Amino acid sequence: MSPSGTAVDVAAPARLRPARARLWLRLQSRPAMGIFMCLPLILLIGGLVAYPFFYAIYLSMLNKRETAFIGLDNFRFLMTRDVFWQVAQTSFVFTFLAVLWKAILGFTLALVIHTVPTRGQRVWRGLSLIPWVMPLALSSLGWWWIYEPTHSALNWMLMLFGISPKPWLSDPFWAKFSVILVNIWYGTPFFMITYLAGLKSIPQELFESSDIDGASGFQRLRHITLPMLKNIIAITMLFSTIVTLATFDIVRVLTRGGPRQSTHMFGTYAFELGIASGDVPLGAAVSLFMFPILAVSAFFILRGIRRSTM
Amino acid sequence: MTSPRRTRRNVTLLVCYGLIVLFMLFFLFPPYWMAITSFKTNQEIESLEGIPLIVQHGGTLKHYQDLFAKTDFLLYFRNSVFVTIPVVLLSMVISVLAAYALSRLGFAGAGLIGTAVFLVYLVPDSLLFIPLFKIIGALGLLNSKWSLLLVYPTAIVPFCTWLLIGYFASIPRELDEAALVDGASHAQMLVRIFLPVAVPGLIAATIFAFTVSWSGFLYPLAFIYSSHEQVLTAGTVTSLIKGDVYHWGGLMAGALLACLPPVLLYVFLMDYYISGLTAGSTKG
Repeated sequence: MSPSGTAVDVAAPARLRPARARLWLRLQSRPAMGIFMCLPLILLIGGLVAYPFFYAIYLSMLNKRETAFIGLDNFRFLMTRDVFWQVAQTSFVFTFLAVLWKAILGFTLALVIHTVPTRGQRVWRGLSLIPWVMPLALSSLGWWWIYEPTHSALNWMLMLFGISPKPWLSDPFWAKFSVILVNIWYGTPFFMITYLAGLKSIPQELFESSDIDGASGFQRLRHITLPMLKNIIAITMLFSTIVTLATFDIVRVLTRGGPRQSTHMFGTYAFELGIASGDVPLGAAVSLFMFPILAVSAFFILRGIRRSTM
Repeated sequence: MTSPRRTRRNVTLLVCYGLIVLFMLFFLFPPYWMAITSFKTNQEIESLEGIPLIVQHGGTLKHYQDLFAKTDFLLYFRNSVFVTIPVVLLSMVISVLAAYALSRLGFAGAGLIGTAVFLVYLVPDSLLFIPLFKIIGALGLLNSKWSLLLVYPTAIVPFCTWLLIGYFASIPRELDEAALVDGASHAQMLVRIFLPVAVPGLIAATIFAFTVSWSGFLYPLAFIYSSHEQVLTAGTVTSLIKGDVYHWGGLMAGALLACLPPVLLYVFLMDYYISGLTAGSTKG
């Protein structure tokens, strides 16, 4: 994305032959052309991302009927409500556990696929991505049916192994477990695919020389693989933190935030208040609580990517 | 005879394949269970006898027939197509123009726009749907599928632009300087040189645009409330569930069919899909 200084320098001399003169004219018009071609993008981002963001801040400071400016009262009101703190807690616990498990499982699967002969790798990689490709709202419907307590598969299989059936979606603890499990199912393939790409980019010579030194598999993992992938592991986890914190589809389809609001996250709670119950300002306020975490993650992602491309 | 080294390799492979099998069972069980349910009769779904993991009493296509004959499924499907095609085209045009400008026409603010594009890519839909709900309302687009044509590109264009910048940047600069000397305009250069070279990137970006647009759930759920404007994801979730008795067979048939377009696209264009996915994390 750096401006192409060389081309301009070459064309700069005053006496120019016709072809070069035309080149010079064209290069002159570059900035105007650039802005012009970026205009749709700028309008889109300005009108439907930047403006809505500031509008959200404004909305969150209005009363329910949007007739009066009440400053930070909506935020203060939320902070006094137990439900809100429960939503915040669920959001953080959900995000922490889901990202952690997706990273662990994704890394394990990437390592395992990387180890088996190359012939099969394509097939395993291809099959693994199916959960990621299915529209999440629809696969969540499938999970909803899996979790059905009496006629469905999960409890039937548990009983097969002599374990008592669980009230998957009607008990607060198991409901949280269930929504996190679906998120792990959905997101692990993404971690696997980025980690696998990372593993493929490690120079093979590193492993060969460690082989000569007689390093064990665990030592190679600890001293070569993990340090080499440090950046990719971190960026993927930060990226996933944003997406996971913003979870909507899974919770909306599986539990609608229940039982007793125990699975509500910022996104679904904001929907409940802002769209379903019609308190737009309060809903906007709930959504904005996500912003600080998103901003911090985005900052570190940007820094990590700049560092890795240097 | 096998050396200890080879035995160790075999044990490693055995463990690896064991883990792969476990992962595949985890990943593929839900679609399998959805499919198997959609082919069972209602009696079999409700019966508590036998093994639920297979179809025991003869399969049926009744759930699929009912889906087409008795529900709004086809209407939702048409609406999804109606929304997705223009969204993909619009997003691709915006992305291609911006990516060309940002990767080649160095101008004041190009770096800033590039960073902004990346940051916008990180904005999730559940952060801004409430102000967008108000904006859509003010534009008179509430309860219209046209609203989605407006909001979906915000989720698609940043990633596609970013992906295409990467592809365009790999085209040698000598090529466009030569073209400029020959008197080619920027439009000609974009169409004759950049687009042909970036075809894999264009395919990856198109798949991404299609998948995002087809899978969107929060926006249609928030902006559209009547059946005749609804798209597949939200329509399947909200209106195929009727009454207290869940029609699991029909529901699973609908969910599975609605999943089919992005899954098929993935199956046929897997390599492009994966290159697009990993470009984001490894190339940066």
